[in-house]
Amino acid sequence: MTKTATNEPVLAADGTPLKRSLARALRVQKMRALALIAPLLIFVMISFIIPIGDMLFRSVENKIVENTLPYTVDELSRWDGTGTELPPEPVYRDMYFDLFLAAELKRHTRLGSRLNYEASGMSSLFRQAGRKLDDPGKDAVKLLKSIDPVWGERDTYYTLFNAAAGDAVNQDLLAAQQSRIRWLADETPTGEMAFAPSQNVSDLLPLAARVYTSSAVITGMIENKDVAKSKPMESLYLALLQDVTRPGFQDDLAAYDGPQKDALTALANAGLSAPNYSAIFADIDENWADIETWRVIQTHSGEFTNGYFLNAIDMQKTPDGPAVQPENKRVLIQLFIRTLIMSLTIMGSCILLGYPIAWILSNVPTRQANMLMILVLLPFWTSLLVRTSAWKVMLQQQGVINDVLVWVGLVADDARLVMINNQFGTIVAMTHILLPFMILPMYSVMQTINPSYLRAAKSLGATNWTAFWRVYFPQSIPGIGAGSILVFILSIGYYITPEIVGGTKGVFISNRIAYHISSSLNWGLAAALGTILLAVVLGLYWCYDKIVGIDNVKLG
Amino acid sequence: MKLTKTLMATTALTAMAGMASAEVKELTVVSWGGAYTASQQNAYHLPYTEKTGVTIINDDSSAEAVAKLRAMNEAGNVTWDVVDVVAADAIRLCDEGLALEIDPDTMLADAPDGTKASEDFGDLLVSECYIPQIVYSTTFGYRTDMVGDTPPSNVCDVFDLEAYPGKRSLEKRPINNMEWALLCDGVAKDEVYDVLATPEGQDQALAKLDTIKDQVIWWSAGADTPQLLADGEIVMGSTYNGRLFSVIEEQKQPVAMLWDAQVFDIDGWIIPTGLSPERQQAALDYIMFATDTQRLADQAAYISYGPARKSSAPLVGKHAELGIEMAPHMPTDPENAKNTFLYNYEFWADYRDDIDAKFQAWLAK
Repeated sequence: MTKTATNEPVLAADGTPLKRSLARALRVQKMRALALIAPLLIFVMISFIIPIGDMLFRSVENKIVENTLPYTVDELSRWDGTGTELPPEPVYRDMYFDLFLAAELKRHTRLGSRLNYEASGMSSLFRQAGRKLDDPGKDAVKLLKSIDPVWGERDTYYTLFNAAAGDAVNQDLLAAQQSRIRWLADETPTGEMAFAPSQNVSDLLPLAARVYTSSAVITGMIENKDVAKSKPMESLYLALLQDVTRPGFQDDLAAYDGPQKDALTALANAGLSAPNYSAIFADIDENWADIETWRVIQTHSGEFTNGYFLNAIDMQKTPDGPAVQPENKRVLIQLFIRTLIMSLTIMGSCILLGYPIAWILSNVPTRQANMLMILVLLPFWTSLLVRTSAWKVMLQQQGVINDVLVWVGLVADDARLVMINNQFGTIVAMTHILLPFMILPMYSVMQTINPSYLRAAKSLGATNWTAFWRVYFPQSIPGIGAGSILVFILSIGYYITPEIVGGTKGVFISNRIAYHISSSLNWGLAAALGTILLAVVLGLYWCYDKIVGIDNVKLG
Repeated sequence: MKLTKTLMATTALTAMAGMASAEVKELTVVSWGGAYTASQQNAYHLPYTEKTGVTIINDDSSAEAVAKLRAMNEAGNVTWDVVDVVAADAIRLCDEGLALEIDPDTMLADAPDGTKASEDFGDLLVSECYIPQIVYSTTFGYRTDMVGDTPPSNVCDVFDLEAYPGKRSLEKRPINNMEWALLCDGVAKDEVYDVLATPEGQDQALAKLDTIKDQVIWWSAGADTPQLLADGEIVMGSTYNGRLFSVIEEQKQPVAMLWDAQVFDIDGWIIPTGLSPERQQAALDYIMFATDTQRLADQAAYISYGPARKSSAPLVGKHAELGIEMAPHMPTDPENAKNTFLYNYEFWADYRDDIDAKFQAWLAK
């Protein structure tokens, strides 16, 4: 390397180094090639890779808890969830203010739905709490007003928390509240707001300043109303009570020299006590005083979670680590295994049925082959739902096949065969639907097999069977491989046919994925199930490549 | 949230000065399709178009409405104006912040006698976002030619394989089935949900269902049971009462209703969040019209579901084509409603995920 570097570079005709000149010429070619595939590449990226990546990412994403309850999660992380003690008062305090803001923006119920996947009852617990959090605030403002009537006026709060001209502004507080609300409200707080939190007051009354600022961001920057004239959130009054009773407030107040000092002094001297948040919550619902509720919140508070993946393999995330689901809730692994076994069965029956047809197709004169080909393709031109429903008519107990069997006398009228709403029904219907995907690749491979090989084998003394098994069959394997991969991969993700004819034992994992996407809205679990399914297919593909070799697959 | 979105949109629109004010000329109304959408078309859409000139586009996507609305909301492009959903879905959508909150007294029409909408709808306003439309019930129908001389009269006959041998169809989900199982296992009606909230109660219900599991065909589409009854595949099966009405009265099949322990449920409208102010206003205007007393009563001329307003009940007349009195076919008719069961939305909002997992595990066994 060093040696070549010291040598004089070879120059092209125009005097530039040959290497650079060549690279430039190649780059143009590469760019042209890239430009040609760009439309497809962009299309695939936008319509396939990005959405699927986004969906799969949901299987580990769990920002909702931390974003909805940021201060609670922080406080809760210091609580020992494995003990028998309920969380300390600060956890309840932060929960009150976090939940109040979330309820103001109607996001508490969304969190309730999320946590309800982990523990029944969370949904209504959060919904009810959202309705009842206002009341303690109303009691608090009454108390404040009884000490000094100015606490009932909106302007008092505005002049107290707003930084007057020349005062230091607490930019950190403002930015933090804006980013919180941006997430909660699903929109960026924009617009001009005639409010900026004063640094002095936010040092003196940290909690109340935070609550007032978040309230101001909502009214001023999202609802575009005048902050000074708007009613602040009711939680402000509780926050004020909290701040004026905090240790050290008296000393800080003595050093304070800003608006409403007299009114604050009146509060400080009124002998108030801090609000009892755990009592407030216990009053809303007894489950807030249940240690299990808090364990669930703590366990599922991380920004990322393996909980969905654990659920997908019949386990659950608990405070003590991953644990197996109770026996009466285990179903998903069984469904995965069933999906694999049934897909293999369908693939096998497609090979058995498809191979002779493909052989006939490739060995009869062209005219007849075309005729037969239309028969193979005909199902392709019929709606999937029609074909599946037709199987229902054929297979049901009062259906065509049973009627014929009873009429012939093979089956007694009161002992009609059960051929649908079970695995048999799914296998029959799906084999029929997927058969063309097996026949077509087999046919195109068999067409290329030179018939003189067979004749040569026979002329050398091979029996029909030996000639087929030793000469013809090995040459047709690439077709079987291609057909098998197609049928297997299609059937492993099949949804509508098992849903219609599968009953209870003939359904696939995809039916559960569909349920979680469209009914339970547990998209995290659906994404985890989908990711596992994808991984299994890729794993099987890898095995296939190792054992058979992917070069050995031909579509023609 | 709704308000904030609206205000944002208003600001954005004001900013686009010079643009012609977008007058809404069409509304996309999402419903269940089939006879149900047809009844809405006749009772609501056509009169509304005649009155206002606004065209209604029907979209039969209610079955996937919750998932689709969530996806639309995430993409920031809501293309539906009014969506017909069952109450449980409305609660879910409201919880997720995907449905607009409705103040019945200002956004819905008063009854002709001046009664406020909130009172006229009464208990049926099960969610802040929901505008009820009809009361329907999930109940059983049976083949009159397959039950001998003593037709079933009690919901527990569904669990009686000796008196009524043969297959029966039940919906492939725990809701309703668990309640019926407990009722027939000796649990008092008003204790059903207390029992079902406990793991032992859930096991008890599944154990009761176990006694008929081999003889059950599980349905997932409302049309399944009517079809199975018409084919003679089953002796009895649960479905929506309107479906059974059409099997009995329109198709004249040998089927009869077993109204006992019918489970009342509500179907109604929600307006998605994230609409532009004009479209939201147009949707509200449509809702105001389509859920007034006369319109709700009109719908009953096309399908046998009871109007959700108390004031509509006396106005229910004859079927538009068959010419038969509709009142006796309503789930709310006193003769049919002798023994009814009230579906507990809040319970299922809480327990659906848990019980469904157990139910599915039980089904797969």
